Amino acid sequence: MPRLLLKRCLHGLLVLWVVATLTFLLLRIAPGGPFDSERKLPPEVIANLEAKYYLDEPLWQQYLRYLGGIVQGDLGPSYKYLDRDVTEIIAETLPTSIVLGGLAMLFAVLVAFPVGLCAAYFRNSFIDRTCMSIAALGISLPNFVLGALLIWAVALQLGWLQIGRWDDWSSVILPMLTLGAAPTAFLASLLRSTLIETMSEDFVRTARAKGLKESMVIAKHALLHSLIPVLTVMGPLAAALLTGSFVVEFVFAIPGMGRFFITAVSDRDYPLIMGVTLVYTAMLVCANLIVDLLYSFVDPRIRVE
Amino acid sequence: MDSARKPFELLVALSALFVSLVFVAACLAPWIAPYALGGLEEKQILQTPSASHWMGTDGLGRDVLTRVLYGARVSLAVGLGTALISLLLGTSYGLIAGFKGGNWDHLMMRIVDIFYGLPDMLIFILLSLLFGRNIGGLLVALGLVSWVRFARIARGQVLQTKELLFVESARALGASRGRILLGHIMPNIVGPVIVTLTFSIPSAILAESTLSFIGIGINDPYSSWGTSWGTLAQDGYRAMRSYPHMIAFPAAAIFLTILSFNTLGNGLRDLLDPKQK
Repeated sequence: MPRLLLKRCLHGLLVLWVVATLTFLLLRIAPGGPFDSERKLPPEVIANLEAKYYLDEPLWQQYLRYLGGIVQGDLGPSYKYLDRDVTEIIAETLPTSIVLGGLAMLFAVLVAFPVGLCAAYFRNSFIDRTCMSIAALGISLPNFVLGALLIWAVALQLGWLQIGRWDDWSSVILPMLTLGAAPTAFLASLLRSTLIETMSEDFVRTARAKGLKESMVIAKHALLHSLIPVLTVMGPLAAALLTGSFVVEFVFAIPGMGRFFITAVSDRDYPLIMGVTLVYTAMLVCANLIVDLLYSFVDPRIRVE
Repeated sequence: MDSARKPFELLVALSALFVSLVFVAACLAPWIAPYALGGLEEKQILQTPSASHWMGTDGLGRDVLTRVLYGARVSLAVGLGTALISLLLGTSYGLIAGFKGGNWDHLMMRIVDIFYGLPDMLIFILLSLLFGRNIGGLLVALGLVSWVRFARIARGQVLQTKELLFVESARALGASRGRILLGHIMPNIVGPVIVTLTFSIPSAILAESTLSFIGIGINDPYSSWGTSWGTLAQDGYRAMRSYPHMIAFPAAAIFLTILSFNTLGNGLRDLLDPKQK
């Protein structure tokens, strides 16, 4: 078990290092500098600016400086927000993104499990078909389309909720639904199909032969066994939530990390882009690590390996 | 079970129909569009849908139907292009890894694992900064990220197939490695690969329209190719309060296209790859 943990951690660090290096290289090769503006600056000013941000050093020195900074938790100064550090901006905006992503994940799990169970229990019935049709629609509905639709229907037509605010619980509802819809649909249909597959396994037949009620068979025997495929997709799902969050933050004008990332991309604010990418990757790595650990918890066979 | 098949088959047929409509729109846009691309009519600004403008007009007096028809070109080009690039890259990578086996396989799959752990949307964005915000750049960026899916599928299939008896007998008969790979293993992995291909088209279309919607996708306002549905939706989103028709049609086009490709993919999976069901 500690060996597995160590191996996974090393793999995570490797991924982070690859991402740090790739983003560094990509953004240095990419055309268009951070100081390209409509108005031509005098060359002396540009030289001064570049010296201030060490852009005049050889590439490998910049790289080492950058890696050294990351290790110390310093992601460098923002090129756009002149008086602020990238670390500062991220520290300020990350909690908002985490709240949004966490709530969406919670929503997805809380809704998908009962729906998936219900659909599997009443398989091929009207309930099952309805649930699965809605899920199929939900998987194909891009979150910016859903977000716009919800804003139009709930906020503009019905006037039930206000938009463009991020202060109390009611401003969280629509973004959470928008971000959580696709994961919910995906989890529910996955849970249904794994449950139904599990139902034809020998141990389920044994449980039935013992005379257990169908609901008990599902709850006590099939469900635990079906958790493994569901857990497998939790990592990629967390990734989808992370990246989906910046679309949702854009649509609902939420002051989270994703919205800063989008502006940073248009501004070519290199340190901010690299910083946000690293934080997202780190969160993804952590999510995968947690999934791996839960995995060995649910399935003893993995622990032995 | 049979009674459940019928409506699903109908849905698959409808999806195929819609996908072919999108194809027709993309190929014949200049001939079937009611107005010229980029044609502005100052007196026709922000018209709601009517007989002369079926989907209304936008803030510059451009016909929305014309723009949606042309937009099909961007979506399809991105969807098909990405799928082809990642198919070629990923399948050959997976084939080699699976066929070589041993340390090669281990090393190559470690690399795939690393790619798999990357947040793909961010990589698209970073790569599109490098390759420029045009269709070509986006294709390379999307292809570079989505090839890993093909690599995993192809490798898994090769590992399964190469232990089968007919491959062994081909080897015993003295077939060369290239012949075994192309003549015996390849035909057996075509099904799953085609299914993966069908599912990778809508995810590329989704990625492209999302990027365009948040304003960091394809940026080429004077392209004779047409404007991305994502950009149209963004234009409409800004005017949604008063003119919801401007977002409704592009958004519906995106949703229906993705839905149709996904349904088609499910249908093909049942047909070509019943084991995965």
